[in-house]
Amino acid sequence: MSDYAHPEVLVTTQWVADHAADPNVRVVEIDVDTKAYDEGHVPGAIAWAWNTQLCDTLTRDILSKEQFERLNNDAGVGNNTTLVLYGDNNNWFAAWAFWQAKIYGHQDVRLMDGGRKKWLLEGRELSTEKPAVKPASGYRASDGDLSLRAFLTQVQEAERSHGAAMIDVRGPQEFSGEILAPPGLPETCQRGGHIPGARNVPWAKAANEDGTFKSFDELRQIYGGEGVDGSKPVIAYCRIGERSSHTWFALKYLLGYDNVRNYDGSWTEWGNLVGAPVERGAAAAAGQR
Amino acid sequence: MRVEEYAERRVELEGWPVNVTSWRLGETWHAKADNVSPGATLARIAAPSRQEAEEKAIARAQELLSRTHRRAV
Repeated sequence: MSDYAHPEVLVTTQWVADHAADPNVRVVEIDVDTKAYDEGHVPGAIAWAWNTQLCDTLTRDILSKEQFERLNNDAGVGNNTTLVLYGDNNNWFAAWAFWQAKIYGHQDVRLMDGGRKKWLLEGRELSTEKPAVKPASGYRASDGDLSLRAFLTQVQEAERSHGAAMIDVRGPQEFSGEILAPPGLPETCQRGGHIPGARNVPWAKAANEDGTFKSFDELRQIYGGEGVDGSKPVIAYCRIGERSSHTWFALKYLLGYDNVRNYDGSWTEWGNLVGAPVERGAAAAAGQR
Repeated sequence: MRVEEYAERRVELEGWPVNVTSWRLGETWHAKADNVSPGATLARIAAPSRQEAEEKAIARAQELLSRTHRRAV
């Protein structure tokens, strides 16, 4: 991890095993499949459900500042708590939670490298007990740092002006328009394809078989090969913004690129938008644009 | 309790590659089936044996994958 631009944002499974019970550490599991936690989790970990606790359930939006404060207070998290996040699917929604924590200025938030998969793979201890949590009351979030987030108008401007490198991190068949959602999942858009000019770098290219992130050099090569080298702003998107949080994390914290935004509206917004330009077909080879 | 007998294998269902993962926690076997790309969980099952857990996870994944519509591009 030492070659990463910000190695402090990743912890190993062993670190979590050693520190999960520390009084200033709060471990939180965030899964795509919210039933996974109940099967067994890192001892001492609590769960946050992405679809009810990490978004506004009325308006399609991330948490408000006040909701984020309440979430942390309910979890007994203070401003100085080391927040360690992990989950299934190589930390997709853990990265989504990390992204929101950074938007609201939580200083010490980290991902457990490899997530739930690596913990299981290593045959580690799982608990089915939900830990008792003593709620806090003093959590204060910062005003949202919206430099980490791309809104529709910014994406439209980037598409017109080519002012940002656009990365579509969905699978190749979603990118091409052959399918409208990951295989087996409900279709959530009216049109298939991708934002014109986007490059297809599926999120999984950043991960090893055990779920950990690839090395700094490997990541630099993967994204650099698609013209993403930090020299211009980057916008990452997927279908609902969680896979792109994983890529956003890799670009922002592991490679250290300054100007990286996650477009959480993603294809569910763009692919339903009346009049939005859509490109279909497979990704062109790098350098052919 | 520790995770024991963790195993992963790849199968093809309805023309889609799927990862089937199973492990034991105490007396209970857990299995899940994920699409390979992008890696989303389609089914998660607990059962008294590995075979039963995997078979049920595969059956559920197959049902979901059969609904995926491919379009010409």
